[in-house]
Formats: sequence, C-alpha cells, structure tokens
Amino acid sequence: MAEIKNKKEKEPTVLFVAEEKEPLFSKKNRKLVTDPLNDDNPITVQVLGICSALAITVQLEPSVVMAISVMVVVASSNVVISLLRNLIPNRIRIIVQLVVVAGLVAVVNEVLKAYAYDVSKQLSVFVGLIITNCIVMGRLEAFALGNGPWKSFLDGVGNAAGYGLILIVIAFFRELLGSGKLFGYEVLGHKGLTLADSTGLYALGYENNGLMLLSPAALLVLGIIVWIQRSKNRKLIEK
Amino acid sequence: MNRESNAYTLIFAVIMVVVVASALAIAATSLQPLQAQNVKIEKMQDILSTIEISTTKEEAQETYDKYITKVLALDSKGEVVAEGEEAFSIDLANETNKGVSEQRFPLYVAEVEGSTYYVIPLYGAGLWNAIWGYISLEEDGNTVKGTVFSHAGETPGLGAEITQDWFQERFIGEKIKDESGNFVGITVQKGYSGGNNKDDNAIDAISGATITGDGVTNMIYERLEYYIPYLEKQNTNLALN
Repeated sequence: MAEIKNKKEKEPTVLFVAEEKEPLFSKKNRKLVTDPLNDDNPITVQVLGICSALAITVQLEPSVVMAISVMVVVASSNVVISLLRNLIPNRIRIIVQLVVVAGLVAVVNEVLKAYAYDVSKQLSVFVGLIITNCIVMGRLEAFALGNGPWKSFLDGVGNAAGYGLILIVIAFFRELLGSGKLFGYEVLGHKGLTLADSTGLYALGYENNGLMLLSPAALLVLGIIVWIQRSKNRKLIEK
Repeated sequence: MNRESNAYTLIFAVIMVVVVASALAIAATSLQPLQAQNVKIEKMQDILSTIEISTTKEEAQETYDKYITKVLALDSKGEVVAEGEEAFSIDLANETNKGVSEQRFPLYVAEVEGSTYYVIPLYGAGLWNAIWGYISLEEDGNTVKGTVFSHAGETPGLGAEITQDWFQERFIGEKIKDESGNFVGITVQKGYSGGNNKDDNAIDAISGATITGDGVTNMIYERLEYYIPYLEKQNTNLALN
C-alpha cells in the first residue's frame, strides 16, 4: 500500500508497507464461509432477513431462486462497498450502501429481463424483498466496511449460503405439508374431487395442512429450527 | 481532501448519483429492444397456448404467423377500428385506464385445421395487483377452447396458482352463455359441486384464493361483454352462408 502524506506535516513519506500475504483459502477465510451456515447463521442466530423467510417459503422453487439472487447481491455489493470503503464519508454511508445495493439489483433485473426472461419474471416480484433484506445491509455494515474485497466476498457468500439453507429447509416443510408437493411435483399422491379419485396418502383421508401456506406457519417452522439448532450446537447455548 | 468535510461529502454524493444513474440508464436503454422482443414472444406463446398449440421461443413468431390469421381491434360497440400490427401492440394495462367508449378491444382470429377460434385478451385486478391472460372461444362464440392466466403479485401457492395448467384446464368446454343464450360469463365458485358439468357457467375455485378467483370471474365478465356483439354478428354471417 503506498501512502503519500502531505509534505507540510514534515513526516517521512512511506512508500510501501510489507504485508504478510494470507493464502486465498486460509483457515480464517474458510471460516468466513462456513460459520454462517451454523454457528453464525444470519436467520437463526443473527435474526436478519426474516421477512423474505415468511413470504417466499410457501414453495421450494421461488425459495431457491431467491437464495441464489440474494447470494449474487450480497457477494457483489460486499465487494463493491469493500473496494470503496476508504472513500465513503461516514455521514452518508448508509445512503451509499442503499444506492449501491438498489443499483446492483436494478441492473441485474434489467439484464435478466433481456437474457433470461423466465427467471426475471419470477424474480421481479421479489426484487423489493431483496433490496430491503436486512442481511444485505447488515453484512455491509458489519463486515465490508472494515475488510478487504476478497474476505468481504467470502463473507457475502457464506451468509447468503446460511440464509439459503434455512430458506430451503422451511420451504421444504411448508410446501410438503401445505400442498403435498416438492418443487411442484406431487409426492404424497394426487387429491381428486372425491376420495375415490385420490391416490397415495389422500386416498386414506389425508388432508393438506392449509395453515402451512400462510405466513405464521413460517415463523412456527423457523422457531422449531432454532430450537433444534440451539439444542444441538454447544456454542449457541447461553450460560 | 478530508473525507468527512462537507465539500468532499457533497462531491462524493454527486459523483455516485451520476455514475449509478448513468449505469442504470445505459443498461435499460441498451437492453430495451431485447426485452421488448421477449415480451412480444411471450405474448405470442400465450395466445397460441389457449388454442392448445405450444411452441418454443425460437419458433414462436413462425407458429404465430401460421395459425393467427387476423388481428382486429374493436370498439365498445363491436365495430372494427384497427387491424394488424396496430391491434397487436395494444397494451391492455394502458387501455383499461381509458373510458370504455375510448377503449379498443383486441381480438385474435386463429385458424387451426379448418376450425376458427377467437382469442380474447383479459386484464383485471387480483388480490394484490393486476392479473391478466387470454381466453379462446370456439366458432360458436360460446364454448371455451382454452385459457392462460398470469399475475403481477398474487400469493405464491394460493392466488398465484391461476398460472397452473390444472386451474386453466377447468375452463375448457365451459360455456359463457346460459341456456337462453344470454351472456353470463364464467364464475370461479367456492364450494363448487357441479363435477364435470360444462353447462353451468361455473368452475371450482382454488382453496384459499377466493379474491384472486373473484378477480378472474370479474375479468372474464367485464372484458368478454364487449366482444359479444361482434361475435354474434360473425355467427349470423356463418348461418346465412
């Protein structure tokens, strides 16, 4: 890093500082990706990004699309803000973060509308949910503003992966118990108009749980996930 | 320059806004032709799907030209006011904001293996946002050949299911007129018990999606109403021939 200071201050000019180069996938860097999957999960431990966890997880397919989109947004905005971190004035840093994130999502949406139209149709409903997702701004504030681009990229990927994991688990149960399907494919049999028309579990009188299709169910499933996670993970048990 | 000074902050903000705005403007305008083409192809695919013709994106234009023989725009009285490209490019989202007497009602005429079908675009209000689609009628102007629906923001798993085949298929063979020949539309009915009866002007609703279903019912009634005079005229012409 070259730091050329103002001559008036009569300090020696520092030409470069020798830094110890950390390998790209060192233990610390790998931890940035693996921690948010369990110990520091953005949804279950940091309690961020709950809103989309409620709205999207009715079905598996949009949940997967959302998880991938959030990963792209978090990782790229982390990198952009990290590169700009020494230039951003402190007073307007939240606004700058918001502009970068919103700008990124808007450009991504435009590109998708041109080159992957079907995906963009699924996404445009969720665009607002991505921009306001607390995980995005949360990681920018907590990490990207104080760390280099590569580490910020890994942190973004890790947190988005943790978020995606929880989203997929919740969506799995909600779609299975709420409509008897996974990814739109009927797995519990087909529900006909009468018992005689039905196949699989429905022929035995099984009914889909309608509550699972509504938002409160997401919170119930999430609560159970948090419960299980805290029982199994020693590090999360508060003394 | 001091990073926290007013001057720096102001200059940074201005530069950032200019850069982001330019990037967005460049992205939007340079991609606009591709995007418009995608929308046009999707429209053609939707229209063809109501007459049970599925096509890929690459073949859409060719298949559309093969089966859709006429595109007309009617006024609220059923008179033809436009044809061809002008009628195709009518955007119902804008059109429905005008007063009924100023609106134009697009109509697509298809010929498949000697039979004529009328494809009518629909536009209406769902629970959260707009819903739209196409409905095709057989030559008698009464029996439904097929439907396709889409939406802007209905609830996934509930209202959003109007895009699914199993819901759209319920309309096939239903009549839009009652036994006396009066136009009544099709009701998306809660607690429907008519089984496979195609003459009762009603189909089974989606559980938990009442308001979206009502939106579909209203949309079909409100839009088809204006096509009845023209379609009946075509029928009497057929009968005379």
